[in-house]
Amino acid sequence: MRTEELVDLLSTGVHSVPPHAAHRRFATSIALGTSGSLLLMYLVFRPRPDLAIAVLTALFWMKLAFPLSIASGAMLTVNRLSRPGAKSNFSTIRILVGGPVLLVWLWGISVVAIAEPQDRSDLIYGASWRSCPLNILLLSLPTFIAVFLAVRSLAPTRLRVAGAFSGLLATSLATVVYCLHCPEMSPAFWSMWYVLGMALGAVVGALVGPTLLRW
Amino acid sequence: MRDDIEDLVQEVLIAVHNARHTYRPDEPLTAWVHAIARYKLTDFLRARARKDAVTESIDDHDEIFASSDNEPGDARRDIGKLLDHLPDKQRMSILHVKLQGLSVAEAAHLTGLSESAVKVSVHRGLKALAARVRGIT
Repeated sequence: MRTEELVDLLSTGVHSVPPHAAHRRFATSIALGTSGSLLLMYLVFRPRPDLAIAVLTALFWMKLAFPLSIASGAMLTVNRLSRPGAKSNFSTIRILVGGPVLLVWLWGISVVAIAEPQDRSDLIYGASWRSCPLNILLLSLPTFIAVFLAVRSLAPTRLRVAGAFSGLLATSLATVVYCLHCPEMSPAFWSMWYVLGMALGAVVGALVGPTLLRW
Repeated sequence: MRDDIEDLVQEVLIAVHNARHTYRPDEPLTAWVHAIARYKLTDFLRARARKDAVTESIDDHDEIFASSDNEPGDARRDIGKLLDHLPDKQRMSILHVKLQGLSVAEAAHLTGLSESAVKVSVHRGLKALAARVRGIT
């Protein structure tokens, strides 16, 4: 087909894109994905029995703020990476993603350092270190699908990076949900196993990104 | 190559059209279009590299084709047959001048004709042959 004909064809019957179409699509899929994760958590793991008491403690909210901050950083980045030519503002990402990780690491180290030697392994490993990263990955299935569908409907041009941050977004949202079940309250535990779970999600995202996000 | 370029241009146009909801009015349009074009170009080059890795154009390898050994023989026989239809004067002139590569003077000496007669015979003979070949095919 001649290019002129194609241009004619493309320019007939075009309606304007509603404002913030991309944002809306993104918000919808994140809401849907997170609801899916919540449902999955409720069915598979159940919320922690003492949730009503835990929400009254500052520690619980700090724990929740940790993956939430990473999720917001990942969301901003994915949003940028899904648009061709948009500059990635890596200083914001560093603060929102790297900052909390660093803080939790420092916090975890200091908690372990001042603890009695016999309590240390308990602070790091808790009771669920074996299953924690895998549980997070399991809960991230709905968010993973939702985020990847949303990013795919946009136009990412750096597929591997976009995939990594999509995976990070999916698993950090799943971690927020997992916080409602997970009874571990040691920053050292979060700094190891939550971070590992989210990092695994980013790795998986980077691996499948070039295949799943192609357009 | 020209086809490839046109394909690519169309590919980019379609991509720009389909991804128009990802454009933000507060950002430069050129950067957005450029990023899409770049993405599609990379995609195209990658696909072509992949194809080139497993395929090899046959045009680059003429040497694998055998040339037929009987082609020159066949041609010689056909010409001989055609020449038999011509009068002696024309046949000998063509044989000497065109096939054996002698000069007109040498051919004239061998056939006992004048040089201009040889030239005319060659000319008329070739014309007759051409007419005959056209008639056959």
